[in-house]
Amino acid sequence: MLARDEPSSLKRTPLHALHLALGGKMVPFAGYDMPVQYPTGVLREHLHTRASAGLFDVSHMGQIALRPKSGRPEDAALALERLVPQDIVAIAPGRQRYAQFTNESGGILDDLMVANFGSHLFVVVNAACKAEDEAHLRTNLSDVCEIEPLPDRALIALQGPKAEMVLAELCAGAPAMRFMDSSPRRIGDIDCFVSRSGYTGEDGFEISVPAEHAEALANLLLTDPDVLPIGLGARDSLRLEAGLCLYGHDIDTTTTPVEGALEWSVQKSRRAGGARAGGFAGADKILAQFENGASRRRVGLKPQGRAPVREAAVLFADTTSSEPIGRATSGGFGPSLNAPVAMGYLPISHATTGSSVFAEVRGQRLPMLVAPMPFVPNTYKR
Amino acid sequence: MTTLFTDDHEWLRIEGDVATIGVTDYAQSQLGDVVFVELPKIGRSLKKAEAAAVVESVKAASDVYAPITGDVIEVNDALAAEPALVNSDAGGKAWFFKLKIANKSELDGLMDEAAYAKHTA
Repeated sequence: MLARDEPSSLKRTPLHALHLALGGKMVPFAGYDMPVQYPTGVLREHLHTRASAGLFDVSHMGQIALRPKSGRPEDAALALERLVPQDIVAIAPGRQRYAQFTNESGGILDDLMVANFGSHLFVVVNAACKAEDEAHLRTNLSDVCEIEPLPDRALIALQGPKAEMVLAELCAGAPAMRFMDSSPRRIGDIDCFVSRSGYTGEDGFEISVPAEHAEALANLLLTDPDVLPIGLGARDSLRLEAGLCLYGHDIDTTTTPVEGALEWSVQKSRRAGGARAGGFAGADKILAQFENGASRRRVGLKPQGRAPVREAAVLFADTTSSEPIGRATSGGFGPSLNAPVAMGYLPISHATTGSSVFAEVRGQRLPMLVAPMPFVPNTYKR
Repeated sequence: MTTLFTDDHEWLRIEGDVATIGVTDYAQSQLGDVVFVELPKIGRSLKKAEAAAVVESVKAASDVYAPITGDVIEVNDALAAEPALVNSDAGGKAWFFKLKIANKSELDGLMDEAAYAKHTA
């Protein structure tokens, strides 16, 4: 009933010893030995984050600086626009934006955050993709940018309604930040990069900190009784309730930003008729989908019963047909909703809110309704 | 009344020719917060090692196997309404189902409490 993986060759983040000291239950994730939960448990960790504040170690993610060789920051921005369908030039200094690296067929190689730090760009990519992303950046941008991975920095997320109050104690400028502000800042006497963003649907911050100061900073934040350490289990249930994509599951090389319901992340300037329309990998396919629509779409799914419908569950139009119409790409139990939630891909004909579909789980067809996302309203400080 | 245990972290309480089956406290501590339990239908004939029930935490679904062969004669409907009973009282109120024991010799391969304690130590 239970299986264990050996943590033989797994990498460790700068907070690894702290996870063990806090009683973290360690599991392999993207090549790292990471805490899936602490003694608090996934359910309470999830609810605590929504009610108070949770601290997450996301140091396994890749942090990369893109420095323009010309010294002109817009050159780095223009170069990065070759690889993503987003308007990078328009990111103001001190701001960040969600983006995707696309491939020639319009699929998504990874999703990322891009911040404008004035003199250069700072990007954060997924742990499982970071080696490929670095290579992709070197291959395509080395003519214009120095690609500088920052492996000696940890990344700590502080999320939840009390995150602002907690961080304000250490960083007086934090409360004035708006959602998606991102810039170098001092926390105490540590030089950090702080963004007001996250992966939970809650207000909160992500703090890039030099590895040698990571444990001290995490401990400082954890001294506040409102802050609990939160593992990857609750991180996943929080982002699922928030309707946020998990790369490699909800989006991948076979799904385009349009199919992935990420049109909102593609600015008008990069679409047909825009000032810098196209010019990124897969632009023909993606821009055509903006014109004509895609044949399938990522949607929210609410199982009508209590049984969770999990990733890879096959979706059908009714209880009898033998031909699948789609697949769940994420799914589980939403502690804040006290109900199962999922997302997946459906043909456009079935992708409208309220459509009824069935998921096959252990030989039974369980009814689900297509539901708007986020499942839990976000609380970003815009 | 004897209580026996399996490698798969299930317990069986034997009363005459009826076995009451649940998961152990060790199992629930490994599973984490249980949010859903699916039980077999009454009358179903289960073979030893067959998937009989499902217990789901926030993160994952796990099978509960029939530790012995037998027919399901009763299931614990309280678990459907309150799956968290598995976390709060795995060895008691959170029993899963009762089997009419088909072959008592199948009990011979199971562990007693002392052996199970050693198994999970």
